[in-house]
Amino acid sequence: MKIVVCVKQVGALGDEVEFTDDERDVDPDYLDYAINEWDTYATEEALRLRDAAGDGEVVVITAGDEDAEDAMRRALAMGADRGVRVWSDELAGADPITVARALAEVARAESPDLVLCGVQSSDAVQAATGAALAELLDLPRAAVVTKLELSGGTATVHRELEGGLVDVAEVDTPCVLTIQTGINEPRYATLRAIKQAEEKEIEVREPGDLGAPAARVRRMFVPPKGEGAEMLDGDAGEVARRIKEIIEERTA
Amino acid sequence: MSVLVVAEHIRGELRPVTLELVSAAKELGGPVAVAVIARDPAALVDAVNVDGVDEIVCVPVEQEEFENDVYQHAVETLVAERSPRLILLGFTVNSMGYAPALAAKLGLGFASDVFAVRDDGGELVAERAFYGAKVNGEVDFPGHEQVLLLLRATAWPPAEGAGSATVSEASVGAAASRARHKDWVEVVAGDVDITSADFLLSVGRGIGDKENLEQFQELAEAMGATLSVSRPLVDAGWMPGARQVGQSGKTVKPKVYLALGISGAVQHLAGMKTSGTIIAVNTDPEAAIFNVAHYGAVADLFEVAEELEKLY
Ligand SMILES: Cc1cc2nc3c(=O)[nH]c(=O)nc-3n(C[C@H](O)[C@H](O)[C@H](O)COP(=O)(O)OP(=O)(O)OC[C@H]3O[C@@H](n4cnc5c(N)ncnc54)[C@H](O)[C@@H]3O)c2cc1C
Ligand SMILES: Nc1ncnc2c1ncn2[C@@H]1O[C@H](COP(=O)(O)O)[C@@H](O)[C@H]1O
Repeated sequence: MKIVVCVKQVGALGDEVEFTDDERDVDPDYLDYAINEWDTYATEEALRLRDAAGDGEVVVITAGDEDAEDAMRRALAMGADRGVRVWSDELAGADPITVARALAEVARAESPDLVLCGVQSSDAVQAATGAALAELLDLPRAAVVTKLELSGGTATVHRELEGGLVDVAEVDTPCVLTIQTGINEPRYATLRAIKQAEEKEIEVREPGDLGAPAARVRRMFVPPKGEGAEMLDGDAGEVARRIKEIIEERTA
Repeated sequence: MSVLVVAEHIRGELRPVTLELVSAAKELGGPVAVAVIARDPAALVDAVNVDGVDEIVCVPVEQEEFENDVYQHAVETLVAERSPRLILLGFTVNSMGYAPALAAKLGLGFASDVFAVRDDGGELVAERAFYGAKVNGEVDFPGHEQVLLLLRATAWPPAEGAGSATVSEASVGAAASRARHKDWVEVVAGDVDITSADFLLSVGRGIGDKENLEQFQELAEAMGATLSVSRPLVDAGWMPGARQVGQSGKTVKPKVYLALGISGAVQHLAGMKTSGTIIAVNTDPEAAIFNVAHYGAVADLFEVAEELEKLY
């Protein structure tokens, strides 16, 4: 059983932001980087399937620069076997279809039995890379999976829809699934595992022709505040007293 | 500009987002065609025939419920036959399963979770959020004659008023469906119905540990509030799903929604942003929850909770 997991290193903003000179992205100095939360669930699911099968390999793939290897090492420390990273400058801030094109080349070369992605990346919130990747690999797919069972040539999955309603679907394998949080409990990597992960192989590649981008960011900006919230000042005691007043007034 | 809207329906019911897509399409001028892909599309025609729709395209297929290969094949066929400038779908779980695939296959311009669109001298410009909704971005589609956008639910008002659309039929043939609907699993009812509460005390990942939950259960009781939570607390198994507010949980509209340690992700806001009065406590002054809150405090939720305990 060979499973490819797409892992993205995501950036999170604190309470300050500056933009790059061309205003097309946030200045990386203002971002804290980590592995995308959804991808930890995808990695965990892959590890469980590999271990249940008794043999096989979990390969993590990333479209990202050298720094993105931190996220890959995280997945490797959880227990993935090796990584492949693909990068060229064209991929910086790229749209999800362009990213999928880069990932597809790598995934195809692995001939996996299963490809897992996260539902979305927390910084771009496209929720699109997985389905685009499936198309480029000409594989069946399902999005927002909260339960997964493999048997024979099919995967039986729960797709969680709006309101929590679950569609039970049968998907031919190999396939691409986008994994939702809560499907499992991602393991913590032990210090020892983190050390060992440093030794695991990460192959680096350049993508071929990525084609025309599907979209381009013109500019990023801080959203206008609108009316905004009335801020309650003072210490915690004053804040609590004001909250109590507001509640009494509004629930009366 | 010519717009093709794809209607979304589940178990025979039109999803409200469909009429919001019509509003967005109308704003851009139209003509607006709405595709109804279903075993019996005629049954949904009345629900879709609202003011602003010029044509309803019935697309009969074998499958009663959504299957991504079936939808992809149908929309692909319609796009080839009709060459719309813009294809609009809801940013929904179903769309996530096929829209990006279609865009990749046909080389369309593409963006998801779009909450504003404008025609900038013939060029489409879409607005969407990045980085935990702390930043917005304008996205355009250079070189693309055709663009597919997934629009955020509730970003446009639903189109209303009786329409006078012409109704046509398109036959698209059968698609090999490689991911097939088998069954539904209903949402389990919980011990409480958070949708009927007047006052919700809602806690998020900011509470840190499972051990801290009890404190907020007690606080809610003392304050006369019902306790609700954001998704991560349900994912972690700390709370049953019946207490979850948001897109994949419950949509609530209490008189007061007091949010402690909730960042305000779009899927959370989807479930509570129409609450009467929203009060948010968060240590991050830039948290997106403050954009929808009526009152906010940049404060440590444990300190505020401790003070509230003294008052109740
Ligand atoms: C398809 C889909 C459906 C989803 N459905 C839902 C849904 O129904 N409901 C839902 O909630 N989410 C849903 N999500 C998940 C959503 O994207 C977010 O991940 C989630 O809402 C984050 O929850 P949170 O705000 O509690 O956690 P976080 O985003 O981690 O925020 C925690 C907040 O607590 C603050 N904080 C930390 N410590 C303190 C302190 N001591 N005092 C005060 N503040 C503090 C932090 O500043 C931060 O803002 C869905 C996601 C997807 C992809
Ligand atoms: N640069 C990337 N490298 C590897 N995987 C990615 C990348 N971008 C997106 N993905 C995968 O696609 C999923 C959805 O991301 P997105 O479409 O950006 O919301 C993520 O959870 C990852 O599994």
